[in-house]
Amino acid sequence: MLADALTIVLTGTGMLFFFAGTAGIIRFPDTLSRLHALTKADNVGLGLLILGLAFQAPDLLTLGKLALVWALALVAAGTTAQLVARSAWQSGEQSAERSADAHDPAESTLRGDP
Amino acid sequence: MITSATIFGLCGAALIGLGLYGFVTQVHLLRRLLAFNVIGSGIFLLFGATAARTPTGATDPVPQALIITGIVVALAATALGVGLVLAYVRISGKACLPEDADTIDGGPHPSSHEDPPE
Amino acid sequence: MTGISALGFDLILAALILGAGLFAITVRDLFGAVVFFIVYGVFVAIAWLRLGAIDVALTEAALGAGLTGVLLIGAVARLSRVTTPAGNNTSDEMRRPPAGARLASMVVAGSISGVLGWAFLSLPDSTGLRDAVADNLAVSGSANPVTAVLINFRGWDTLLESVVLLAALVGLWSLARDRDWGRRAGLRQHARPGGVMATFGRLLPPFGLLLGVYLVWAGSSYPGGAFQGGTVLAAVWLLIMMAGLMPVPRMVSVGLRAVLVAGPLVFLGIGIAGAMAGTFLGLPPTYAKPLILTIEAALTLSIAATLALLVLGTPDPSP
Repeated sequence: MLADALTIVLTGTGMLFFFAGTAGIIRFPDTLSRLHALTKADNVGLGLLILGLAFQAPDLLTLGKLALVWALALVAAGTTAQLVARSAWQSGEQSAERSADAHDPAESTLRGDP
Repeated sequence: MITSATIFGLCGAALIGLGLYGFVTQVHLLRRLLAFNVIGSGIFLLFGATAARTPTGATDPVPQALIITGIVVALAATALGVGLVLAYVRISGKACLPEDADTIDGGPHPSSHEDPPE
Repeated sequence: MTGISALGFDLILAALILGAGLFAITVRDLFGAVVFFIVYGVFVAIAWLRLGAIDVALTEAALGAGLTGVLLIGAVARLSRVTTPAGNNTSDEMRRPPAGARLASMVVAGSISGVLGWAFLSLPDSTGLRDAVADNLAVSGSANPVTAVLINFRGWDTLLESVVLLAALVGLWSLARDRDWGRRAGLRQHARPGGVMATFGRLLPPFGLLLGVYLVWAGSSYPGGAFQGGTVLAAVWLLIMMAGLMPVPRMVSVGLRAVLVAGPLVFLGIGIAGAMAGTFLGLPPTYAKPLILTIEAALTLSIAATLALLVLGTPDPSP
């Protein structure tokens, strides 16, 4: 009973973080700040989700699998975020070199003066 | 009694129509490939749902095996399609077929079809 | 999940599938369309889970959402390099047929969906071949009915499929230009040594290898098998190559070609041995299990190599 209540509270809170991360993706102006919102919020959201589900795990094996899912997803998310950020940064620099007028004003302010 | 099979069978039928619409109306070749894949997974879903209609017991394994075969072949076909699209774009410089570019929106389009120096 | 909550879940999932599919087809940005298509694949994999088809769900998640995603993102990247450098849509390619034609296609496509849905709903209930498979499962050499069908009962289909995969790769490679022939397949990889990608490429493969081999091994009794395991191994190989830890093989490499044909050859050899004993592709019940594992092991290697090379594509045209 207590376990069920904890699961509901934790997964519910996790969902809120996912919601915030998604809102960030839609609302934030440029790639880097979108990434920031997404990775931070989603990693916390996933952690809470896994923690909540852990209270429903029937045995240690399931618990271990949940932990593995969490760890692998964290590593994958962190790596992807780095790669996307680097790619966005480099293409930003390239487009700054190519033309003075950037398409996205937010990107040019983030980059600083070219 | 509405089961999962009913819902996803109808979903598959809808996906076939959706993919067909995209396949006909999209001009970009890679988008056609996407639409082709949507049609494919719609067919798989419809087929798999017919195998899962019995509410009791396990799903019929024969359609499952055929669908697994189908998914793998669909990837192979998509990879070949992507290769063909890239080769076509390399030669023509365009990602849509000339007859599409010419017939839609009325009248031929002044577009360059000469090959880049290879 | 039972009753009303299961119904609600299925309805929401079906709506998400249709929504993602719709965006994959209609979104203006090509890259966005590809991303929606990948999301669509993940949703479809969950739908397979809800239909009780775990083997199909694994295949769809690994192939439909995973490898297809890598393939299509690579295609968008290569397209944008060949055509306009900045965007991926020229005005020509975004042009649509006139509204009348679009409406007509919508009506035709909608009626086809309607007819298919009606046909689906009016089908009589049937258990299909489920009981026939269950009755013969004991002599098939596999406790997983799907593996039994794939390798034993319908071995023909699977043998021909492995040849189709090979044919697709031959077709793809034949699109390479003469002067690119013999070079390394696919895009040039440019991960920095010691960078994030290289670390990731060192961290993940042990887990991937374990999972891939486990899926093949478990496939004889639980969900899993050569296709699911092979796809995971293909993904591991792709990751290692993208991280720059292993060179992409040359298309003319003899060893590579041996791996590509190993699966179909072993399958065919066992099939011919069966023909001498009575039935082509017939597996005698006493040896069925080791034979299935042999075929699956060889097929897994070939499938992994073929899928990875299909995703890599033809060599990057030299600048």
